[in-house]
Amino acid sequence: MKRRVEALALHAALVALAAATLLPLWWMVAASLMPAGEAASAGLRLWPSRPTFAHYRALFDELHLARQLANSALLATAITAISLAVNTAAGYAFAKLRFRAREPLFRGLLAAMVIPGQVAMLPLFLLLQALGLVNTFAGVIVPGVASIFAIFLVRQYALGIPDSLLDAARVDGAGEARVFWSIALPALRPILVTLAVFTFLGSWNDFLWPLIVLSDDRLQTLPVALANLAGEHVQDTELMMAGAVLTVLPVVVLFVVLQRHYLAGLLAGAVKE
Amino acid sequence: MEHARRLTRGPAHRDRVDCARVLHRLACSAAVLSLLACGPPARDVDTLVFWAMGSEGAAADALARDYEARTPGARVRVQQIPWSAAHEKLLTAYVGDAMPDVFQLGNTWVAEFVALGALEPLDARLAASPALASDDWFPGVQAAARVEGVTWAVPWYVDTRVLFYRSDLLAAAGFAAPPASWDGWLAAWRAMKARAPERWPVLLPLGEWEVPVILALQRGAGLLRDGERYGDFRDPRFREALAFYAGLFEQGLAPPAGAGQVANLYQDFAAGFFAALVTGPWNLGEMARRLPPALQDDWATAPIPALDAQHPSVSIAGGACLAIHRGSPRRDAAWRFVEFLSEPAQQVAFHASTGDLPPRAAAWEAPALRDDPRAAAFRAQLASLRATPAIPEWERIAAEITRQAEALVRGEATLDEALARLDGAADAILEKRRWLLARRSEAR
Amino acid sequence: MSRRVPAALWFLAPALAALALFFVAPVAASLLLSLTDFDVYAVGDPSTLRFTGLRNYGALLGDPSFWTALRNTLFFVLVGGPLSVAVSLGGALLVNARAVRLRGFFRTVFFLPVVTTLVAVAVVWRALYHPRVGPLAELFRAFGLPAIDWLGDPRFAMPAIVGMAVWKNFGFNLVIFLAGLQSIPERLYEAARIDGAGAWQQLRHVTLPMLAPTFLFVSISTLIGYFQLFAEPYVMTNGGPSDATLSIVLLMYREGFRWWNLGYAAAVAFVLFLLILAASVLQLRLRRGAALEGAA
Repeated sequence: MKRRVEALALHAALVALAAATLLPLWWMVAASLMPAGEAASAGLRLWPSRPTFAHYRALFDELHLARQLANSALLATAITAISLAVNTAAGYAFAKLRFRAREPLFRGLLAAMVIPGQVAMLPLFLLLQALGLVNTFAGVIVPGVASIFAIFLVRQYALGIPDSLLDAARVDGAGEARVFWSIALPALRPILVTLAVFTFLGSWNDFLWPLIVLSDDRLQTLPVALANLAGEHVQDTELMMAGAVLTVLPVVVLFVVLQRHYLAGLLAGAVKE
Repeated sequence: MEHARRLTRGPAHRDRVDCARVLHRLACSAAVLSLLACGPPARDVDTLVFWAMGSEGAAADALARDYEARTPGARVRVQQIPWSAAHEKLLTAYVGDAMPDVFQLGNTWVAEFVALGALEPLDARLAASPALASDDWFPGVQAAARVEGVTWAVPWYVDTRVLFYRSDLLAAAGFAAPPASWDGWLAAWRAMKARAPERWPVLLPLGEWEVPVILALQRGAGLLRDGERYGDFRDPRFREALAFYAGLFEQGLAPPAGAGQVANLYQDFAAGFFAALVTGPWNLGEMARRLPPALQDDWATAPIPALDAQHPSVSIAGGACLAIHRGSPRRDAAWRFVEFLSEPAQQVAFHASTGDLPPRAAAWEAPALRDDPRAAAFRAQLASLRATPAIPEWERIAAEITRQAEALVRGEATLDEALARLDGAADAILEKRRWLLARRSEAR
Repeated sequence: MSRRVPAALWFLAPALAALALFFVAPVAASLLLSLTDFDVYAVGDPSTLRFTGLRNYGALLGDPSFWTALRNTLFFVLVGGPLSVAVSLGGALLVNARAVRLRGFFRTVFFLPVVTTLVAVAVVWRALYHPRVGPLAELFRAFGLPAIDWLGDPRFAMPAIVGMAVWKNFGFNLVIFLAGLQSIPERLYEAARIDGAGAWQQLRHVTLPMLAPTFLFVSISTLIGYFQLFAEPYVMTNGGPSDATLSIVLLMYREGFRWWNLGYAAAVAFVLFLLILAASVLQLRLRRGAALEGAA
């Protein structure tokens, strides 16, 4: 009997926590469907009196948010693809290739993880201006391509590839590139999926850097456009909620669909030490 | 193991990377990367880029279409920027070499962009333009666009601040006509507060420097001294102004809240949550659009109250001008567009869609403006404007005024502390200006 | 064999080149920038640039805005950090309990806020926190509690942001703790039960010690992340009211990109780096000390 009560209490606590977690998101969706002015009127409303898609239409027709949506998608995809290649190669090298100064170099990189990105931001902006990359997609992509955290994750995972497998291929005369491409990459696939999801999410949600680099509104990403919207249309709560839903929906869907891979890889990197 | 055997190659290739294949791959990647180096979609050489802010942005779009219709071959692309981000956007664009050809510039920013060397001097063009004869402009309005004797921008609209108020609530409190002096308004507001203690007679958002500065300018305070080298905030006139400002909150007449705390200004105004606010002409259009039809007869405008006989009503010469980027290859086309926007007909159309006020007297002759009772308050105010210091640092100093005024209102600092900090901050901000001025006079 | 290019070089080159050019170099440049008075005048006319040595740092120490930003950021780190970690740990313990069904479902739900875009969430919470018509205010009214102006009252603005940050982040650490919990061998618990340990003692003597490395990882990464507070105050309050939510990174942004005081802003950025470094080292030392004591 005690077990029953325990189980009930446990589940009640979990449900309460889950409700608290979901409530803001629920309200966001509900408010986006409310007729104008209803969200800011008196009374706690968790569901629109008359659901309407008018605000979503306004976002696309009047505010042309489709453009920013496409920009976010393009940038996130590009960064994911390129950084996957770059960081996987580096992580594999730190794990499985022997070269001088490997350990000190890796330790140096780890230490550098403590440095917050914002320290580099101002001179980086001036550097990009000298290179002519301000207000271009490349200006957002190129600085985001190498990530110490990603290299760390890949290295952790790659350490688990049996050396015997790689050595056998080397003995057979395969070059390092071949070994990497045909043996290591397939073995690394789980962490690659994780990294891809992780990078895509991070890039989609990135705010400060695109805010600084992209001034042209045709190039802006969705979070920046949403922040502009929030500054201008502070009066239109429902419109802003629609914008928020639009921004959040793609990544939530991506996460829910791929969560197993994402979480598995994340834990492989974080817990194994 | 099967897998590994299929990779057999000659022993000489061991541990060496096949350079040819790698280079091939690098070449492919480079091609892809260069695709991504694309920036804004390639624009026609002749497309003018025009940055407009806030509600002016939407109106500018319509005007740009008219311009294109009238001028064959001309193309104008309007980009709308929110005011909150406009200052940084312009600066970032300047540093990043991504400036528009023509842009709207707040009056208080002109000096700053002149210091940057971002603006094209316009005296020659103005003199050569029949459409922009300079005696048509309101006095004080052109002064805002002149720095050290050179004209750097063309006034687009004047934005001065006046009182918007709920006439029905005022009448209900026993005041049929709007008072003309501060004492009169204070009496009215106290009466309103007594009737409805949970509401606020006047809204003065804490993040805005305009009201304290208007009060100071009305009393004759100079804000800065010594050729704008040092802060002059401990001057008794500024002191009085700030004390008066804080007093409005102490008496419970204004809510100690920032602009961000007002969820919906228009809903709150309609509901009577506050009965008056100091704001600009863009709200003529916004109020007409957003207030419920039933309320359209119940709001009005009045000039800033006079202090007494020696200190008449005064407001700031705000507004925005049109500036041309010095480095733009399309300066001539940009000038023609500016001329177009400055025509009285366009200014009247602009007013119709935004409520913004034309800086030229000719435009005021149009019936829409001449006969509009609400615009009359602005017309009257335009006769008595004061300018804020025309220096690049003004925006920062204004932010400090906001900060210290807020600290004072919230009881985080005494009046003397706030003024001392304000002077300290202004002196620190102006240090480089002093150094530059000293250097320049040494060079002479 | 003389023309051998070490394979590793090819693998590392892109990443290291990118890091060197876009990270290491700018960080070094930032240090240099902080020793000058680069400002809006220098942008237009480089001849006005002056080398000022450590004057920016001195000005920083005398700037009340900096101390306010420091205080606010430390509050966020020292209150929000442990709170977030505690909620994560508590949630993980709940989800990990043997009697729980639908573990995967709960895990997904708790992780959901982590993947949402911060700007979107900030916009939503700004509406939630509205003192008169926000749902939270309505809830308070329903329970008869006095209305709190969360984002407009300097006393409550930072706690409001802490609340939002905890909501957004607790899922991340929860998942990590969960994995850590699930990797604790069952036999340790069995041994403890045989020795007569109750649930609470099992927690103290088996669970928490075994979680120590995970705990350290979670603490340090949360700390580093929280020191970089920016988007929440930027979107929700713009540093107000009365600079109550001004964070160090927001100060840096304001000075650097709003006023273009790049020299001063770079000094702020560097001080931030030193703070994070100090805090990380401190934590590592404390943990090592505790671990040594535990071992002895």
